[in-house]
Amino acid sequence: MNKQHQTEGEPFSDQSKLSVRNVSVHYGEKQALSDVSLDIGANEVIALIGSSGCGKSTFLRCLNRMNDTIDDCHIRGQIHLDGNDIYAPGVDVVPLRAQVGMVFQKPNPFPKSVYDNVAYGPQIHGLVDNHLELDDLVEYSLQRAGLWNEVKDRLHSPGTGLSGGQQQRLCIARSLAVDPEVILMDEPCSALDPIATARIEELIDELRENYTIAIVTHSMQQAARVSQRTAYFHLGQLVEVNPTDKVFTTPQHPLTEAYITGRFG
Amino acid sequence: MTDPVLTTRQKVQRSITRRRRSERWFRASGVMAIGFGLLCLLALFSSIWDKGAPAFRQTVVEFPLMIDGAFLGVSADSSAQELLAADYGGLVRRALKAEFRTAPWQQRRTLYRLISSGADWQIQHLILEQPELINQRITLPLIVDDDVDQWFKHDRPNDLPGRLSEIEIQWLERWIEEERLYTRFNRTFFTNGDSREPELAGIRGAITGTFLTLLVTFMLSFPIGVAAAIYLEEFAPDNRVTRLVEININNLAAVPSITFGLLGLAIFINVFGVERSTPLAGGLVLTLMTLPTIIITGRAALKAVPGSIREAGLGLGASRVQVVFHHVLPPALPGMLTGTIIGMAQALGETAPLLMIGMVAFVVDIPSFVTDPSTVLPVQIFLWSDSPERAFTERTSAAILVLLGFLISMNALAVWLRRRLERRW
Repeated sequence: MNKQHQTEGEPFSDQSKLSVRNVSVHYGEKQALSDVSLDIGANEVIALIGSSGCGKSTFLRCLNRMNDTIDDCHIRGQIHLDGNDIYAPGVDVVPLRAQVGMVFQKPNPFPKSVYDNVAYGPQIHGLVDNHLELDDLVEYSLQRAGLWNEVKDRLHSPGTGLSGGQQQRLCIARSLAVDPEVILMDEPCSALDPIATARIEELIDELRENYTIAIVTHSMQQAARVSQRTAYFHLGQLVEVNPTDKVFTTPQHPLTEAYITGRFG
Repeated sequence: MTDPVLTTRQKVQRSITRRRRSERWFRASGVMAIGFGLLCLLALFSSIWDKGAPAFRQTVVEFPLMIDGAFLGVSADSSAQELLAADYGGLVRRALKAEFRTAPWQQRRTLYRLISSGADWQIQHLILEQPELINQRITLPLIVDDDVDQWFKHDRPNDLPGRLSEIEIQWLERWIEEERLYTRFNRTFFTNGDSREPELAGIRGAITGTFLTLLVTFMLSFPIGVAAAIYLEEFAPDNRVTRLVEININNLAAVPSITFGLLGLAIFINVFGVERSTPLAGGLVLTLMTLPTIIITGRAALKAVPGSIREAGLGLGASRVQVVFHHVLPPALPGMLTGTIIGMAQALGETAPLLMIGMVAFVVDIPSFVTDPSTVLPVQIFLWSDSPERAFTERTSAAILVLLGFLISMNALAVWLRRRLERRW
């Protein structure tokens, strides 16, 4: 049976950075996403919301091909980054993941020093020519992530010795160091306290100027605070995509309304 | 009469006595088991120590000797070859004959047997190093024959009849009166290789052989084992072939070690022409034995690295190989090293497979390269345990003590390394 799903709202835009068309994902027999089509525009923050298991993290991981690491995962459909199909045969995931960075739910700094954490990406991609350039890049990335002042005196202490919020900002700095165009964030604040959360939300707002950001979040308040567009997923389908204030004040789809008013989720 | 209704609190209180009693009993049985084990260990160690400790001392006699250059046919300017060939034994015999002038000629052979044939090499060694001693009068401690050694260390203090005849005991008692007979630390045990004469038998050849064999084993099994563990854990696809390989590796860890000896004999020696009884052949066989241990512990160490680290690396655009070698392997290395040391300690004590590849030969020379014929410590112990001489019984236990010492230190090293390196994570 060919399900023709109609997404409410405005899923498409003219100048999109990432363009997703008819993507379906299966984990073995189980279907996680069905027929999702969406555009993500340049320099916008789009929030992906929905209840647990609705497929938003799966969707996010498709955008930088992190689902490739899962054996059972099968993807159909097309995803274009700047017009190039990222799933075309012969595409190398390594530079793709440098272009499309990811910040995970639980902060996962490498068991190395703060400096080495941020320096790792530039080193393996050959982004700098000498040690001085690397120092500059590390400092720049840490400053963009809002962590520089707190760690500048202990760049060589272990990254795992920082607090949760600091570790997450370190992970953001690490992603920024490889100069991505898109940053994917998978519930980056769910393991953090409110103050650290606020700090990171501020950061997302600052980063919007130069990067495209897609953020999966469980918190509707967070989605309302940081994003320009919001996409609501339900049981693997993209139900509605609209400008954020429209989604939260006058949602088009009844399921969306039910979710945001707390009837489920 | 009905029981009063108990509150929950009272019911819990009532069960406490029962629970505490059963816990006490459980703990007591654990302590008893450990205590019994320790007692057995103590009994074992003290028995081996009792038998082996005397071997660390050897009896010597202070012997005044005139290095008669004319008799030996050498002088201070003689070449090394001439010095090597001189009859130092004859010098000793002449001195003995002179000292015990009353000995009738039939007893002279018995007299000469008091001093070990190794005394020849002792004097030769000394003269080679200090040729200026020729035509000098010197006194040096000469090693005595093993029968004398055993008599002096065990029979005499306990007034037991030994293998020595009346006249020999008379001669020795004279030396004791003159305070020339005493025991000293048995250097010979550690500096000599195997010998037919028990008083000259040492474990240096066996230790060197063991060291060379373990070196070959380590150099082969560590890289192959680590590489196999990495491949199986990180890169191998999950299909029937891989699963078959895994099952086989797990089974190999339980295969009787002598089978590896047979394999070594059939393949390495007969097909590849590796020389039997060499550290190379022994090392190859022991590699096969240690590989399963290293692979299994290596995989466990790799599995222990959290998946979030791998995801972080992949998310940054590192390739799978980079993620493995930059992020997964370094934290797993201490665990792998520990597993390797434990595997080495196991290999150190292996005898059966090495017997099969011919390390049962009587090897006197100290091996210097992996293709020299050699033996290993466990095999040396096995060979000596067959000898009837009392002195060899002593040395067997002493060699066991040395082997146990190595095993304990290797395992202690593994434990220390693991604790030290784990803290850095």
